[in-house]
Amino acid sequence: MNGHTNISRRTALKAAGAGLIVAGTGTGGLVYGHNHAWAATAENLDADTFATLVQMSRDTYPHDRLEDKFYAAAVSGLDKAAKDDGALKSMLTDGVAGLYKAAGGSYSGITDADKRTALLKAIENDGFFQKVRGNLVTGLYNNKEAWPLFGYEGASADKGGYLERGFDDINWL
Amino acid sequence: MATFDMNDDSVVVVIGSGAGGGTLGAELAIKGVKTVILEAGGRHETDEFQNDEWGSFGQISWLDKRTTSGSWRVAKDFAGLPAWIVKAVGGSTTHWAGASLRFQEHEWKARTTYGDIAGASLLDWPIDMAEMDPWYAKAEDRMGVTRTNGIPGLPGNNNYKVFEAGAKKLGYKDVHTGRMAINSEPRDDRASCQQIGFCFQGCKTGAKWSTLVAEIPKGEATGNLEVRSNAQVLKIEHDDSGKVTGVLYADKDGKQHVQKARVVCVAGNSIESPRLLLNSASSKHPDGLANSSGMVGKNYMRHMTGSVYAVFEKPVHMYRGTTMAGIIQDESRHDPSRGFVGGYEMETLSLGLPFMAAFLDPGGWGKDFSWWMDNYENMAGMWLVGEDMPQEKNAITLHATEKDQHGLPVPNVHFDDHDNDIKMRDHAFGRGEAVYKAAGAVKTFRTPPYPSTHNLGTNRMSADAKDGVVNKHGQTHDIANLFVSDGSQFTTGAAENPTLTIVALALRQADFIAGEMSKGNL
Repeated sequence: MNGHTNISRRTALKAAGAGLIVAGTGTGGLVYGHNHAWAATAENLDADTFATLVQMSRDTYPHDRLEDKFYAAAVSGLDKAAKDDGALKSMLTDGVAGLYKAAGGSYSGITDADKRTALLKAIENDGFFQKVRGNLVTGLYNNKEAWPLFGYEGASADKGGYLERGFDDINWL
Repeated sequence: MATFDMNDDSVVVVIGSGAGGGTLGAELAIKGVKTVILEAGGRHETDEFQNDEWGSFGQISWLDKRTTSGSWRVAKDFAGLPAWIVKAVGGSTTHWAGASLRFQEHEWKARTTYGDIAGASLLDWPIDMAEMDPWYAKAEDRMGVTRTNGIPGLPGNNNYKVFEAGAKKLGYKDVHTGRMAINSEPRDDRASCQQIGFCFQGCKTGAKWSTLVAEIPKGEATGNLEVRSNAQVLKIEHDDSGKVTGVLYADKDGKQHVQKARVVCVAGNSIESPRLLLNSASSKHPDGLANSSGMVGKNYMRHMTGSVYAVFEKPVHMYRGTTMAGIIQDESRHDPSRGFVGGYEMETLSLGLPFMAAFLDPGGWGKDFSWWMDNYENMAGMWLVGEDMPQEKNAITLHATEKDQHGLPVPNVHFDDHDNDIKMRDHAFGRGEAVYKAAGAVKTFRTPPYPSTHNLGTNRMSADAKDGVVNKHGQTHDIANLFVSDGSQFTTGAAENPTLTIVALALRQADFIAGEMSKGNL
């Protein structure tokens, strides 16, 4: 993914089946649930709250190319912070409970991604949603393991910069 | 490097080590003047800089508490971070991208050229192009600005090539890789650019000019300059005659000291400089030092800014190479037929993936946002920077209740866009999108302003003492041995990135201060 991906290739990959490049998601970008290995990383939140936050994180910034482990790693940051922050723990637990109420059952059990998105849209100005979203800005996009999947190469000084490594290699203009 | 005694009242004290303070302090030392620079931040040398956006942000940014108000979008998106500037030796010259442009002739005479603009507090500068030309020439030579002094331009990177292709299709003529204070060939004992990227995070080779790598070492080598880092000035002190006598500062442990001074020069950037003058209020100066005009903190300018990002069918890899070496200058003219006064520059700009997530569309989420991130590799970007209107109500004030780690009131930054700023931004967004569409963009995005990097005008220069804080030498109208030496002197902002002008003014001010000292006037 570090090379020359273009839109049409991505589209083709997607059409050929997300399974080619995506593990851990089912139809509609649905994560499998809390019996997967990553859910076991919940240390302070209960497993179902954790799993719902992972689903909610994927719905907030959906990327077919990212496995659940990237979203789970971001949610782990919240989970760890909740250890000594009772207010945060309550916010997350109550927030997920609110989503369940709005969903009339399990949020993650809704198979239609647009329906889940609509539930998030309804709470997008709430502190709970903003906490989960704000956590992803760094928790997801500042995860160095995810960078190559977006074609971002990170630090370059240790490689001598790009002077001899393609700073001006564009060839399609 | 020299060390001066706290009670040595023969030294010039410069507060801040960025483009203004770092240049002024070094130049005074070169002229034989004993100088102490007090820098609030720590000293991070070139090898400590990080090719890591958030890591570097935590290392060098000014993150002390600040508040915001006003209708500008930054107050909503980044309420606690009105400005994206640096607290470290070198100041924001460690972070800047290197664009080094002279003001245009008419921009020194904004009030005369633009006329009476409702709601704007426009004023002509008390200096003009003829006065500044030799100082610009000296600054360009000192900084090694490309396309001056026979220095070749930087090579264009991928982001530039896309930008240039679109610009040429639209018929823009003044398009090139910029006048950049980044070495395109070795010069001044500094290496040439390796196209690393991460110009904003501190240059890892020293190819980019900063006061940290280029000015301060020269000053220190004279034996006349001491740079005291982790020294945050809290108050400027004065005697009964009204002259300033020294400054109170806190060291890294919070312990307070008084450094005596013959002359004090304030260069803490346009938020801290007025804040310090306001926090230095005394029974003799109840409204703050040098504030008889009431203009300290007023007329805060931040440039009209915005960005356009565009996604193309194929990869661009915009982040490879210099962050800002590309410019279209055709729109920088004053042409009121466009519906606004003043002009703007279009400059290439790239962000890494982490900062793109934070700044592309602050607060944005969902499928549409993710689409942009999914296409990061195919993205090109530009920054739009133009002259904004000074307005008295846009101001740095002391917060009524919030205090910093030293117990002093934090600054509040109030800003409302002027109607002219909004019209200019809309025009610039449209032209930026047109550039990328001409180059074949699939989709373009209008990114709102980032936290301010160009903070200007809050101790402005004026011919008449009632209109501003300092005279044409940056000397305060009220106190002869108190100077302002940073971008807060700017009477108006012009369209150009301000660093070259700040450096030119600092070199000119050093000449004035040294001259006045030798004449016995200071």
